[in-house]
Amino acid sequence: MAENTQAAEPASKIDLPASVGGEAGGIPSFQVTAKIARFDPERDSEPHWEEYRVEMHGTDRVLDVLHKIKWEIDGSLSFRRSCAHGVCGSDAMRINGRNRLACKSLLKDFQKNPTDPVEITVEAIKGLPLEKDLIVDMEPFFQSYREIMPFLITSGQEPTKERVQSQADRAIFDDTTKCILCASCTTSCPVFWTDGQYFGPAAIVNAHRFIFDSRDEGGDMRLEVLNDREGVWRCRTTFNCTDACPRGIQVTKAIAEVKQALLTRTLA
Amino acid sequence: MSAPTIPAPRTGYQRSTAKGSNFELAAWLFMRLSGVLLVILIFGHLIVNMWLGDGVHQIDFAFVAGKWASPFWQIWDLLMLWLAMLHGTNGVRTVILDYAERPATRMTLQVVLYIASLVVVVLGTLVIFTFDPCIAGADFQFCPA
Repeated sequence: MAENTQAAEPASKIDLPASVGGEAGGIPSFQVTAKIARFDPERDSEPHWEEYRVEMHGTDRVLDVLHKIKWEIDGSLSFRRSCAHGVCGSDAMRINGRNRLACKSLLKDFQKNPTDPVEITVEAIKGLPLEKDLIVDMEPFFQSYREIMPFLITSGQEPTKERVQSQADRAIFDDTTKCILCASCTTSCPVFWTDGQYFGPAAIVNAHRFIFDSRDEGGDMRLEVLNDREGVWRCRTTFNCTDACPRGIQVTKAIAEVKQALLTRTLA
Repeated sequence: MSAPTIPAPRTGYQRSTAKGSNFELAAWLFMRLSGVLLVILIFGHLIVNMWLGDGVHQIDFAFVAGKWASPFWQIWDLLMLWLAMLHGTNGVRTVILDYAERPATRMTLQVVLYIASLVVVVLGTLVIFTFDPCIAGADFQFCPA
């Protein structure tokens, strides 16, 4: 078989004189030590830590580290990612002890100087059944999501044009429309870690999105669901969810607004 | 022959069936309201007992007997006892629910908690209402000789 002798394509097809290009403005590279919690359900009874050393650049993210490991060192490393640009919410993981999206965590945010070595620990999000490496079973999370009925509920005739809403009415629930269902908030909640029965911040955020929508008429039913023993009243306002949200949703505030709506509905 | 049924890989999470109960809402609201009241009651208690007059040096049997001769302080102390006990019990209940994972552990800890609270509340209420200042050795002018 013929040896592959083709040279790598140069970074630039234009020959730059040394006075123009050079080191100035170049992207710094550095050593990354990634400690990753590995778990193979067919062999391991518990996850264990494995260390990988890779050379990365200042523009890389934690997701690029995982890609480099999977593509060049150990192909058995498993993790979820889809769009890789912070929109789909597939790659939520616990990075250096905090829930983040791997595709939105820049390596340079973990170092002081641009060439410092970086140490990161990556593990699966907590509180959901672990399936393999960084992949968890999201079913309990989505079951809570389905239970709060995340769809428009109306009565009467369908209008022949769009359902009109004022900008002020839209602004009331604007924050909670940003949720991408990555489960960062729910799996950072200590109450959810206990037994996984608590509805969790994500379900409440998505209920909030419809409860406070002036076009929706199912708010009462959703409030009834969240008045459950495992509903909003289990929130201890630790603000872990607000800190974890990669979309910057004020999660704890949304939960407090649902509590308030329940109180006024019951007492007034 | 019927087709074999394939069981679900994991049993789903079961919600409580007690729908329409406002207990958790009431408990949450009670914690806030009793908290505000307790701040007033406890600081009033501390100021009257330990700051006004001779301060801590005034507290003895006669001082307590004098306070409980007035219905005002009886009701004050009764309110403080009940609110503090219910507030504390509900707080510990939520801690048990948050941290105990096994249902049997939860149940055991809750039973112990409720029995302990009940004993303290009943005993305290009994003392406030049946308090008799005229025990042996008490030297008050209104006591029978």
